[in-house]
Amino acid sequence: MNATESLRHSDAHSPLLEVRGLEKHFSLSGDFLEQLRFDKGRLVRRQEYVHAINGVDLTIQRGEALCVVGESGCGKSTVARTVMGLLKPSAGEVRYDGERIDDLSTRSLLPYRRRMQMIFQNPYASLNPRMTIQETLEEPIRLHHPQWSRQAIRDKVHEVMISVGVAPDWGNRYGHEFSGGQRQRIAIARALAVDPEFIVADEPISALDVSIQAQVLNLLMEARQERHLTYLFITHDLAVVEHFGTRVAVMYLGRVCEIADTATLFAHPRHPYTKALMSAIPRLEDDRPQHIRLEGEVPTPVHLPSGCVFHGRCPHANERCRREIPSLITTDNGAQVACHAIEEDRIS
Amino acid sequence: MNPTSAPAGRWTRFRDSYLLYSFKRDVIAQLSLVAFILLLGVAVLAPWLSPTDPYDLTTIDIMASELPPFWIAGSDEAYVLGTDAQGRDLLSTILYGARVSLIIGFGAVALQATLGVCFGLLAGYLGGRVDAFLMRLADIQLSFSTLMVAIVVGALVKAIFGGDTFGAYAVPLLVVIIGLAEWPQYARTVRASVLAEKAKEYVDAARVMGLSSRRIMFRHILPNTLSPIFVISTVQVANAIISEAALSFLGLGMPETQPSLGSLIKSGFDYLQSGSWWITLIPGAVLVMLVLVINLLGDWLRDVLNPRLYKG
Repeated sequence: MNATESLRHSDAHSPLLEVRGLEKHFSLSGDFLEQLRFDKGRLVRRQEYVHAINGVDLTIQRGEALCVVGESGCGKSTVARTVMGLLKPSAGEVRYDGERIDDLSTRSLLPYRRRMQMIFQNPYASLNPRMTIQETLEEPIRLHHPQWSRQAIRDKVHEVMISVGVAPDWGNRYGHEFSGGQRQRIAIARALAVDPEFIVADEPISALDVSIQAQVLNLLMEARQERHLTYLFITHDLAVVEHFGTRVAVMYLGRVCEIADTATLFAHPRHPYTKALMSAIPRLEDDRPQHIRLEGEVPTPVHLPSGCVFHGRCPHANERCRREIPSLITTDNGAQVACHAIEEDRIS
Repeated sequence: MNPTSAPAGRWTRFRDSYLLYSFKRDVIAQLSLVAFILLLGVAVLAPWLSPTDPYDLTTIDIMASELPPFWIAGSDEAYVLGTDAQGRDLLSTILYGARVSLIIGFGAVALQATLGVCFGLLAGYLGGRVDAFLMRLADIQLSFSTLMVAIVVGALVKAIFGGDTFGAYAVPLLVVIIGLAEWPQYARTVRASVLAEKAKEYVDAARVMGLSSRRIMFRHILPNTLSPIFVISTVQVANAIISEAALSFLGLGMPETQPSLGSLIKSGFDYLQSGSWWITLIPGAVLVMLVLVINLLGDWLRDVLNPRLYKG
């Protein structure tokens, strides 16, 4: 049912999701009165922003599982939340199936809400404590299929509960009666209940026990196979990326520095930051290249560095890197890299 | 979900809850609840319980005025707690008066809660300008004391429409005055809880689902802010009853023909020096007891529902 419906809008080769020049700033300065300051005897208005994301471009094809990796605070969750419309972008646009969705009202977004769903990080907070599992799962179905009978809704809930491995007769229990892994399964069931084609998963397994992580990850991979899902998967766990992702986007300080197929990226990381990141993965082999130790700290996103965001810590940075912001260029092995040094063939 | 299991589940959860456990171990809470239910019961059943109808002028005998209660010499056994200055049976008047006080108390709190919860939800959930506007409105409202607003409005209504009209609409008018004056208490508490709940991911999940703001506010956030609402409601009922009594004592509340506890205290106050102390003191004691048990129950609830002590 879903396949035909979504294919009617566009051909299968156009990207499902396109993000162009996305920026998101959060004001740090409070309301108008708090922004007023005395500076050398004059009253001035001063506003400061956290630049969570500064110009992110992403394209997700149908059937892909694009993983976004990066350290804490690099803006990967903000990308996920902006794509889902939970945050309004400060600049740039989000296109879903060719249509711009970032400026739509809640009402006109509704058809897209059925097609794109989100799984959250913390399963202890993502289920309403005052609703039973049955109520939680019925709500999205009832909203998006108002014409369905009670029995049809119940059958659908039954089906998704079985598909995520939660016994359907637990329906009239509350979220707090379940373990973290089970809650995350229920949260996944809630996302799957409306038969979406695209799922944004914001670190869905990082709050879980290590023993449960693999189970939930496998559940997400099975769902991808069976329901032909496309994923935008936010994580900081490179082992998960290697296991789960078809493509990887590496983010640093609110910008994408490299996008490549998972195999390519893990075999031949190009960007200096990606190289450092990859060298930090613990491996069993002896012959791995030397661990790259980066100098300094990640700069604060309040005062962004000029030029390339990575230039302060990059061993290959030159004058141009300090001046000019690099854009993504496609390299010979298909990877896209935002680096002047690679563009100029100074490094491989 | 089969229909029989849901209420059973609710009952089991109540039986196993910390609320009941704590109640069983708190003697003061138990006594307060018993006293409150007793007072509520006699007030609700006043028309059936009271020996005479104090609103019915034909039953009043002015010759029987200022009779003392039964334990003092000179009492009449028909009037257990004596009579007031107009010869009304004090017991009946107190029962009816408690009824009026409770109606105004609960009515005013219902109005406060409705306004305060709606404004608090809007301010907390929508944020931004709506929040700034509603909260400044609350600040302005709070800077006038309840009594002052009530006195001004009450006096104006009395002056414009006359005492008779005022008397006829005294109960709804007092409910509106006290209700309007105290909504910021609710709005502030609800707003604070909404801000805390809004940051949780289940609200994001509801937004991603495509639910309307109204449904998210009332179906998802409101049920999770009920505990503080419950606690302030008890305190506010007691406050509203006190406010009504104070207004009646000042002559701006219930008229003497349909007295509340406050106007009874006032009507007896003039006779306090002449020895008829019971007209003031007995309704006064009932008022104190009513407010005290409500406050004690509220205190107990606040302790039990305090998320720092017990999370649930």
